[in-house]
Amino acid sequence: MIRAFLTTGFRFALPPASLLVLLTITLSLSPSLSWAAETTDIKIGYLRRAAAKPTLSLVQTPAENDGTAGALLAIDDNNTTGRFLNQRFALDEVRLKDGDDYAAATLALAERGASLVVLDLAPDAVLATADAGRTRGMIFFNAGATDDRLREEDCRPNVIHVAPTRSMLADGLAQYLVWKQWRRWLLVYGSHPADKLYADALRRAAKRFGAKIVDERLFEDKGGARRTDSGMAQIQRQMPVFTQEAAAYDVLVAADESDVFAPYLPYRTWDPRPVAGSAGLMPTSWDASHDQWGAVQMQNRFMKRFSRRMTATDMQAWQAVRMIGEATTRTHSGDAETIVDFIKSRDFEIAAFKGQKLTLREWNLQLRQPILLADGRIVVSVSPQEGFLHQVSELDTLGFDRPETKCKL
Amino acid sequence: MQAMTSNLHMPFGLAVLLALVHIEPAHTYTAYISNEKSNTVTVIDTDKWAVTKTIKVGQRPRGIELTRDQKFLLVAVGDDDTVQMIDVATGEIVATLPSGPDPELFIQDPAGKMLYVANENDNTVTIIDMETRTRLGEVQVGVEPEGMGLSPDGKILVNTSETTNMAHFIDTATREIVANVLVDARPRVAEFKKDGSELWVSSEIGGTVSIIDPVKREVRKKISFDIPGLRREAIQPVGVRITDDGKTAFVALGPANRVAVIDAATHTVKRYLLVGQRVWQLAFTPDQKYLLATNGVSNDVSVIDVTALKVIKTIQVGELPWGVAISQK
Repeated sequence: MIRAFLTTGFRFALPPASLLVLLTITLSLSPSLSWAAETTDIKIGYLRRAAAKPTLSLVQTPAENDGTAGALLAIDDNNTTGRFLNQRFALDEVRLKDGDDYAAATLALAERGASLVVLDLAPDAVLATADAGRTRGMIFFNAGATDDRLREEDCRPNVIHVAPTRSMLADGLAQYLVWKQWRRWLLVYGSHPADKLYADALRRAAKRFGAKIVDERLFEDKGGARRTDSGMAQIQRQMPVFTQEAAAYDVLVAADESDVFAPYLPYRTWDPRPVAGSAGLMPTSWDASHDQWGAVQMQNRFMKRFSRRMTATDMQAWQAVRMIGEATTRTHSGDAETIVDFIKSRDFEIAAFKGQKLTLREWNLQLRQPILLADGRIVVSVSPQEGFLHQVSELDTLGFDRPETKCKL
Repeated sequence: MQAMTSNLHMPFGLAVLLALVHIEPAHTYTAYISNEKSNTVTVIDTDKWAVTKTIKVGQRPRGIELTRDQKFLLVAVGDDDTVQMIDVATGEIVATLPSGPDPELFIQDPAGKMLYVANENDNTVTIIDMETRTRLGEVQVGVEPEGMGLSPDGKILVNTSETTNMAHFIDTATREIVANVLVDARPRVAEFKKDGSELWVSSEIGGTVSIIDPVKREVRKKISFDIPGLRREAIQPVGVRITDDGKTAFVALGPANRVAVIDAATHTVKRYLLVGQRVWQLAFTPDQKYLLATNGVSNDVSVIDVTALKVIKTIQVGELPWGVAISQK
């Protein structure tokens, strides 16, 4: 287990860090920096996997601080605001390997004073962590796992979901493909469990929005190295053959979360067709090319601080830490329960450079959010698409809606 | 005036009659529109309501104002990290001012000696001496500084920060923050009433306008908007202008494609005027007879008759019109 304690960008005289003072601050009477008499300290935990899996594309290999960097930038942003309110934020990052004791790591965070914890973990680890922390009143922000079951049959009252679900991603993509009149899909999916779950989400999306899956192919992962010096020649022959003799289709939709084959599909399909899903046009919560709605400021700030581009995981972690910061500002409190009550209330909203406010679905604690559709170089569109209407929020046309939910909080 | 321009096609007698009926000719002002995407400023004659000129400027022009002496046009060109000075007489760029990185909005003091610039990229407000055109100092503010308002006596500068969600009150003499007032998400524009009795701050994502008491420095009231048939998220207040008599306020509602007309005494919305797509910033003609609104997505400017509360004209400008400034003469 690797542990790092990180405070960032805070240059003001402060009382001892061990002093946790919860005080009500009268906003209009708290002038500037000299008034740093008593400080509210908010320590945010961050639990993540130690190692990232290799990717097919060299340029998509995640940075060592993928996700963490987004959380740290939000700590910076929270501290800039906190300066005016005598609130100080810090991140306590813990990296876990397979076989590590997740429950023990969680409780250790509570011991160190972090009862609000951002998670970038596999779905079962999210549940193990959440259940371990429940007795200590800990609240978790899932910034990594897209599994619908965590918001549905396996939902927990102490887990807030910042990452979009597979169903939200698939629906965001489907709305655009239907708007584009590419209604006939060839679905190609991988053999790993996550690939099959994404394929299920895409099948559901097709049905909801009037697309038709005219043909399906399973790409069996038979193992092998991701990088070889002469692999290209084989792939160039394999992919056309793999996609030949499909029923007439408009677009190939790939479900390959395991990153085994989808990046090989564009330009290599038997029929000349666009690719979407896990390659080509990809639904995501963030893209390094997103520059609308003030996002360019965010991208610049991130680049300046970390000398690399911002990923979806970075953004999800940024949003989670900003949600905590926003609630702390609004409630003038560093108390976990007060913060979470506010986040769960109707008054809560957060701005995240996506053209509209993000709010929480109270029935399963999922953050409502637009879905970007990016091709790796530019944002092609943002869903929900025009014309997909909803009686509450158009964002609820993405993913499982209240009447369908299996979550009982 | 339109009748005057077309009188050649009329019988002589009717033209004479119209000329007699026409008593007071409107003043001709010049309006300048910054076009964020085309990197230009469109020049509009407010008598003919027609484009007379297009000036090429730096990259991503947004904030735009005339100097107090009316000789120069100031344009914040964010992607060039500077504020350009354009000679109004020649249309030439004659100087660049040392703002910080990514300047967006700015405001001048009443005498026109100081320029206060919000720099989105490094959480600062830069103070520039207009005579020497040098940077005098900086004030550290919240994340993504944006809106800039100045109290009528010039003593208090208000800056809004978009991610911190505050209006920062800065004493212009000491250049220290003296108060911070929390408002709703993504505050965009700060505008004082001319008598200094109220400060209005629009929150784009929050969907509200906060009315702040400048003495107590606390939110007195929040105005929200409800437009039948329009989803809540589409109502995004940005530009705010209040008439000099303090009676009527106009708020641009972004992708709601409407300008709200507000009774500024009671703070109630009187009506919504349908304008172009993604309406952003607003400016009055100096006589306050007309209000110009920039419509980013439809690439045009709506002209609102302030007395009749009607949109009387739409003028095509450059791509993504953002800001608007109008000459005093």
